[in-house]
Parts: sequence; C-alpha cells; structure tokens
Amino acid sequence: MTGVTVFGLCAAAAVGLGLYGLITNPQPLRKIIAFNLLGSGVFLLFGVVGRRGAAAGIGNDPVPQALVITGVVVAFSATALAIALLLRLFQTAGSTTLSSGAPPSAGSDPSGG
Amino acid sequence: MLRSALTLDATTTTSGFLLVLSIVVPVAGILLAFVLGDRYVRLVSCAIIPLGSAIAVAILLALPQSEGPIVYLLGTWPPPLGIALRADGLSAAMLAATAVVICAVAIFAAADFSPTTTETRAPFAFWVLLLAIWGALNTVFLGGDLFTLYVALELLTFAAVPLVSLDGRAETLRAALRYLLFALLGSVLYLLGTALLYGLHGTLDIVLLSRRFGAEPAAFVAAALMTTGLLAKTALFPLHLWLPPAHAGAPAAASAILSGLVVKGSFFIIVRLWFNVMPGLPGFAATQLLAALGGAAIVFGSIVALRQERLKLLIAYSTLAQIGYLFLMFPLAFGASGRLESGGALAGGLLQAVSHATAKAAMFMAAGSIYATLGHDGITRLGGVGRILPISVLAFALSGLALMGVAPGGAYLAKELLLQAAAEKGQWWWAVVLQAGGVFTGAYVALVLAHVLAPASEPSTSLHTAASRIRETAALALALCSLLLGLVPWEPYLPLPPGVASDGFGLGALAKSLPTILGGAVVAVLLGRWERLPGHSSRWKALMMVVGPARRIGLALSVSIERCDNVLRQWPTACIAVLTLAALFGASMLVDF
Repeated sequence: MTGVTVFGLCAAAAVGLGLYGLITNPQPLRKIIAFNLLGSGVFLLFGVVGRRGAAAGIGNDPVPQALVITGVVVAFSATALAIALLLRLFQTAGSTTLSSGAPPSAGSDPSGG
Repeated sequence: MLRSALTLDATTTTSGFLLVLSIVVPVAGILLAFVLGDRYVRLVSCAIIPLGSAIAVAILLALPQSEGPIVYLLGTWPPPLGIALRADGLSAAMLAATAVVICAVAIFAAADFSPTTTETRAPFAFWVLLLAIWGALNTVFLGGDLFTLYVALELLTFAAVPLVSLDGRAETLRAALRYLLFALLGSVLYLLGTALLYGLHGTLDIVLLSRRFGAEPAAFVAAALMTTGLLAKTALFPLHLWLPPAHAGAPAAASAILSGLVVKGSFFIIVRLWFNVMPGLPGFAATQLLAALGGAAIVFGSIVALRQERLKLLIAYSTLAQIGYLFLMFPLAFGASGRLESGGALAGGLLQAVSHATAKAAMFMAAGSIYATLGHDGITRLGGVGRILPISVLAFALSGLALMGVAPGGAYLAKELLLQAAAEKGQWWWAVVLQAGGVFTGAYVALVLAHVLAPASEPSTSLHTAASRIRETAALALALCSLLLGLVPWEPYLPLPPGVASDGFGLGALAKSLPTILGGAVVAVLLGRWERLPGHSSRWKALMMVVGPARRIGLALSVSIERCDNVLRQWPTACIAVLTLAALFGASMLVDF
C-alpha cells in the first residue's frame, strides 16, 4: 500500500465521517464542524490528485495546491458566516436549535382547514 | 453556436475586456461603498447599476458580431494553466436578464432601503449584497472553468444568505442558517466532483474537458456528485427544505432577487455541465430521472402553494414548482445520437429561466407592496386590495399570466419550443407535464386574484404607509417585460429552430392559452384554500352539489401531500435524499453504458 493510497483512504474516511455528522447532528455548531471535516476530506483528495500527477511524471503538479488554498479560504469564510449567523441567532432567540417550531412561517397548520 | 464554442479559444477576442468589466464593476462598487460608508451607499449603487447594465448591453451587441463566443484570457495565459472567461449566447441572455431584474429591484428598493429611514445597517447591507450578487452571477455566467464556477457559486451563496436575514428576526436567522448549511453540503459535493475530474483529466477548463470526457467509472461518480450538489443549491424538489422559509421571510426586494436570480445561478451551471462539459455522458435514464424530479416539483410545489395562508409563502412554493419546470428540457434535448444536443429544447429551457426571473421578481415586488400597505399578507384577508393598490394587483396578474405561458410571454415561447421538442422526440408524457404545469400555475394565480378582487370583508382601518407609485410601477414594468419577452429576437443568442418565433402571436396563440386559464380556475376551486367559495349562494347550489364531493377528495389529497412535504423538509430526510439522488444519478448514467 503506497502513501497515495493511504491518503486517499483517509480522505474517503473524512468525507464519510463529515457526511454522517452533517446528517445526524441536530446542533448547528456540530453541523458546522462536520462540514469542516467534510471539506478537509475533499482538500486531502486534491492533495492526492496532485501527488498522482507527480507520479505520472509531470513534476509536482501545482494546480491542485492552488485549488486547495482557494478552497480553504472559501471554507473559512463559510464557517465564519455560519458562526456569525449562529451567534446572532443565539442572541436573538436564546437558543440555537434550527427546528424549534419547525420554521414557524412554513404554514404547517394542524387544523388542515 | 455551440459548435463554435467548442473550438479552442486560445486568444482574447476584441471585445473580451467587456467580460472582465462586467465582473469588476460591481465589485468596485462594493469596495467604493465600504470606503464611502453608509451615507453614500445608495448613490454608489445608483452610479454602478446603470454602468453595469450598459456593459451587459454592450456584450449583447458585441456577441453577434464576433464569430463564436467572446473570450478573455486572464493574464493572457491560455488554458489549461490559465483561466478563460467566455460569453456565448446563453451567457449573454442571462447577463441581460440579470441586469434588467437588478435595475427593477434597485428602483423598487430605493424607497425601502434609503439610508435615512432607519438607524440599522440593513440598507447598507442590502445595497452591498445586491452588488455582490450581481458580480457573483456575472462570474457564474462567464466563468470558463469548473473551479471558477465553484468560487462564483460560493460567492453567490455568501451574498444571498445574509439577504434572507436582513431584518434580523430569529425566524429569518434560522432560515438563513438552514439555507447556508444545506448550500454548503451541496457545494462540497460539487467540489468533490471537481477534484475527481481534475484527477482524471488534469484540467478543469470546460472546452478542454469536453474533448477529454469519456465513460470512466470515476467520471460517473464525479458527474453524479456535481449534479446532486448543484440540485441542492437550486432546490429542486426533494432538496427544497431551505427555500420556502428563506424566500418568504426575506424583505420583498431581497425575495425578488433570491427567487428570480439566485437559484438560476446553480441552474445555469447544471446546464453548462450537462450540455457543454459532458453532453455524451448522461444517458436516456439520467435525463428522464432529472425531468421526473422536475415533474414531481411541479405537482408538489403547486399543490402545497394552493394550501398556503400567506401570499409570500404561496409565491415561494410557486418558485419551487417553476424550478421543476426548468428541468423538463433535459430529456427533450436528448438526441438520437445519445448526446444532449443544443436545439429548441435548450432554447426553451433558457427562455423559461429568463421569463421566470423577470416574472417572479415582479410578483414578489407586487406582494411586497401589498404587505407594506396592509401590514399582513394573509391570502384570505386580501379583500379590497384591488381598490387600494390597482397597479400592484395588475403587476401580480400580468406576471401570473407570464408565468402561465400566455402569449406573447417568454414562457409561452418556451412552452411552444418544449412541446415541439417533445413531439419530435415522441416523449408525449413530458407534453402532459408541461400543460399540467401551466394549469397549476393558473390555479394559484386565480386563487390569489379571486381574493384580491373580492370586496373588502373588514373595513381597512389598519393601512400602513401607502406604497409609493414608483415602487408599484417598477413591479408593473418588470411584469410587462416578462410578458413581452416572446417578441424579442432571440435567434442570435439561443439555438432556436427555424420558424418557431414567427408562428404569430395572434388570436390562435391566445386561444391556446384559454384552456390553461380555465383549467387553472377549476383546480383553484377544487384544491384552493377558501373561507367561502366564490358564488356560494342559492343560485349555484346545483353546481356546489357537484363540486362538493370533488373538493373533499381534492382536499384530502392536498392535505396528505402537504404532510409529505413537511416530512421532506426535515433536515435528515433532505440530507438522505441528497445521497440517494447522487447514487441514483450514478446508477442511471451507468445503465446506459
């Protein structure tokens, strides 16, 4: 088993764990962390892709590295925005659940009339 | 036009600088707004928006004169190392539509978000985010490689999410957070697909990729992941949990942008991916699956829309149904050669997107005027609005007609193109869905109009500020624009089959739309939410005997569909739907090879 394969498997594991966390955790903060784990898995995959390019004799492929750096910046801003929204939600509503009163405006009326 | 798009664009064309300008100008506006601060933000926007629109018009004029797409190579580095911006006919049409909607929304919002009205930072945020959405959308339409499109898509999301929660209520903050988290899941899946594609082919440039694309297992996985991720961002039917609260909770001007333009961004990337990057990869089964989701979206979205109590939620669910309509073009564009061909169906789909962008923005703006005047938007309490706000009601009615596909609207031309493609391909079932979509649209428009035009049930004492004439006129102008789109000469931009545009918008075309309107009225009576049915008097008793049982069946059906919708809008269900769809797309692509 070469190093590239190990990293590829690690990437797959991180993506899987991130997806699991994103689906099952009800708390938004944990969802955000799970998203970051998922993102890390994808960035690791980009690293593997660059490494494989190097193995094919291109020299160390720099493009995936550039993509990863851009992706990290995007993921960082996404996390910052999500945390800011979450903080504001906590200040306004006093709780951080996403489903309390399952979107109150979303017209689910029990009367059905 | 597509064939010329596939030639290698190794050089910048003469008018290529326009493409950079169309992205740089809104971004420069944002920076300027931050430098000059709160007081001048509206002034900056008023300067930037005409300038940006002029650039869009210039691109529109320059495109027919250049042979093939307009290209700009950043730093004159050719792909695969450099990044290219390309504008073909589809991009030009979307750029122009975006400029029109942004202008109308800016006029509408000028009164709402003037810097002196409130002490909060909401006006500043609104104008900056408006420009940010414009810049991001232009990048989506012009980006020439998949990673640029990813970054543009993220910028679009980051600008759209705060628009949802501009008023800072807990409910809208929750909607914004749900939107952001679900959109992030979608974009990560897209990025994962991008990584796999880069690993396969060593480039992400659309033109280069389209030549190297082959049927490999990893390509199927990448295509399925990217498609599903984009569908989550577009809110196609089972993945729509974030859309209704987000679009209904935002301020009217923001809703118009979100519903009219933002969902079109990810839709446009799906079109690029399926038609330009990998036309040969998704086979018959995958296109049918995509359109089946669209058909389900039409049925679910329309029926749930008819059940809503609030006008803005009704319009939000109508967006859900109309998004489904956009995806009906994929099987109709699937040619005998086993590839997606750019022809009448593609033109129809794009026209549908453009006309929905204008009509839906006008509809949200009209609803915003009604909300601002009445202080509420409960559908059953809208009686008498027709007297107070005739222009807004007219704007609502006209945009409704445009959405229904009444001649000479853009949606009419789109429907004709799609019906023609369905007849050519022998896929009659999509023709049925197309007609049903028109009837359902007619139903919820008729439901609202019946309430709006009814006499006031309660004396209208609680009138808030009267909506200004300028705001109402902006909505009306946009609705008219959508209704006249069918008369625009689209040939230089969209791959129209010969003879469609000239089939006349006379009496015959109007007669064709009559069954849609009548059918809509019938569905509205059967499935709508009424406090008392129109014409509920002794004269109509015989008719009510017939309608009563049918209406009870209809109600039972729509209540169960609404319950189903509530389940689908739960977070775990929606996430599992994302993964299931990815697996289904992968499998359906594999079936055809």
